[in-house]
Amino acid sequence: MNVEAPIRPLDVEAPRRHGFGAYVACFRGIVWREVLRFLYQRERFFSALVRPLVWLFIFAAGFRQVLGVSIIPPYTTYVLYETFITPGLIGMILLFNAMQSSLSMVYDRETGSMRTLLVAPFPRSFLLLSKLIGGVAVAVLQAYTFLAVAYFWDIVPPWHGYLTVLPALVLSGLMLGAMALLMSSLIRQLENFAGVMNFVIFPMFFASSALYPLWRIREGSPFLYELARINPFTHAVELIRFALYGEIGATIDPTLTPVSPGISLDGILIPLQSGQLLDITHLVVVVGCTLLFLGAAVFAYNPSKGLIARRGGPGGGNAG
Amino acid sequence: MTVLTKDTTATAPMSAGADALVVSGVSHRFGDKHVLDNVSLTVPRGAFTVLLGLNGAGKSTLFALVTRLYDNVSGEIRILGHDVRRKPTAALQRLGVVFQSRTLDSDLTLEQNLYYHAALHGIRKSDARQRAVESLTTVGLADRAHEKVRNLSGGQARRVEIARSLLHRPGLLLLDEATVGLDIGSREGVLGIVRGLVEREGMGVLWATHLIDEVAPTDRVVVMHKGRILYAGFLPGLLEVTGKSDVREAFRSMTGATATAEAA
Repeated sequence: MNVEAPIRPLDVEAPRRHGFGAYVACFRGIVWREVLRFLYQRERFFSALVRPLVWLFIFAAGFRQVLGVSIIPPYTTYVLYETFITPGLIGMILLFNAMQSSLSMVYDRETGSMRTLLVAPFPRSFLLLSKLIGGVAVAVLQAYTFLAVAYFWDIVPPWHGYLTVLPALVLSGLMLGAMALLMSSLIRQLENFAGVMNFVIFPMFFASSALYPLWRIREGSPFLYELARINPFTHAVELIRFALYGEIGATIDPTLTPVSPGISLDGILIPLQSGQLLDITHLVVVVGCTLLFLGAAVFAYNPSKGLIARRGGPGGGNAG
Repeated sequence: MTVLTKDTTATAPMSAGADALVVSGVSHRFGDKHVLDNVSLTVPRGAFTVLLGLNGAGKSTLFALVTRLYDNVSGEIRILGHDVRRKPTAALQRLGVVFQSRTLDSDLTLEQNLYYHAALHGIRKSDARQRAVESLTTVGLADRAHEKVRNLSGGQARRVEIARSLLHRPGLLLLDEATVGLDIGSREGVLGIVRGLVEREGMGVLWATHLIDEVAPTDRVVVMHKGRILYAGFLPGLLEVTGKSDVREAFRSMTGATATAEAA
């Protein structure tokens, strides 16, 4: 073993302040690592893709004749059930990816590799946000791969929809990723993660507009309808649904529908020049929840105030 | 339990000429459980300091505080003169860490792992390439830079972790039970590399272990037990205050450790 090779002298005195370039290098490094790990783990790539495709090819095909979908915004004509659930399945990709990321953070914390990130000489909020964005980059890759396969299944949004959906994917991915980040700080051990599947993923997915339109849910169960309306995942799915058609939300004509601009139970409506009202509820909820979850996650990982510190730190605090 | 001596070599909190690590009066607890009780120790530059303690002594908690995984609620920790709480960026820039558990990405290559670490320190890719070659050369693994980590033995992976910890040229190196699980040849290899860094680079090293045979006669020794520092100084002093003839007996007499506990 060669231990005589020279390394450069230690640079212990020189003041080193991180400039913008250092932040960029750090951010790029974290995102690059997330993407690289994902690409190397081919099984993870395929299983992430297979899950929504099974829903699309089998579940949706079977339910096509059972569930009729009326003409609701953003659709201007009757659509096949497969087309209707595509945004929901994209939401599913984002949701599972976020949870996978959360799972890996709990695992990383138990094995200690999360520490290499947390001891880096950058603000912890910046490090966590970078990791979050890395996870979102992976989720967006998966979502576009799914859309590419769905294209051959005759699910073809307008061409500009492939571009306009990107911000919605990023925002929704950030919201779900921030939620997962917060959860990773609350979950003490990996074994507890099975509970996350039962108590978070499934309820969020099924009590949403991913598989059925909200009006259909209201017909079946008014309670479930209210639950779906306050479910952030519903708003993420709807944001993606509208974005696939180049829209932010439903456009309402106040002369036909008795609603007024502002914040109400009808939603958050802003007036347009045309006199119509634009429903931006989905956008506001997704952005608001992202900020809320991210703030809580940064607090939880704060070395002096957070939950991690109180409970024994990353790794469970196994004092050695 | 009696504190036989305290480390009083802490120097002024200035960067120039400051010790590699100064821990002063640090206490910490999780809930009602006190895990560190008024801990003080110093790691000078160019010194190999062994932190000896049984499992559960508080070594990993101390490391977690020094690396600012969470903040110390009392006392002060300085790395090359920089307060870890008040100036975490400056302090952590000068700190290299090898954690007890393996923290490399096994799916990535050696150099990809090192590039990631370089990025975490704000080092650009062009600089990172050069530094990765230097660091891997230092640990004798430059020829395997393109291999995946999963192909390495435990000892080789440890050497990569040491190479990684050197990438940003730290002044203080912390190693937490770095030789656990390694065969005797790998242990000696890892120890040799780190001791070489102390001699050639003047780096301050804090080497946490419960393996007493890793202590060399010239090392500084800190004995930790149940969250308290029982001794801090050079080896002859430890033998003197305990009245024992070898470090193993001295350690046992201070901590009440059995051979089984040491081996654990």
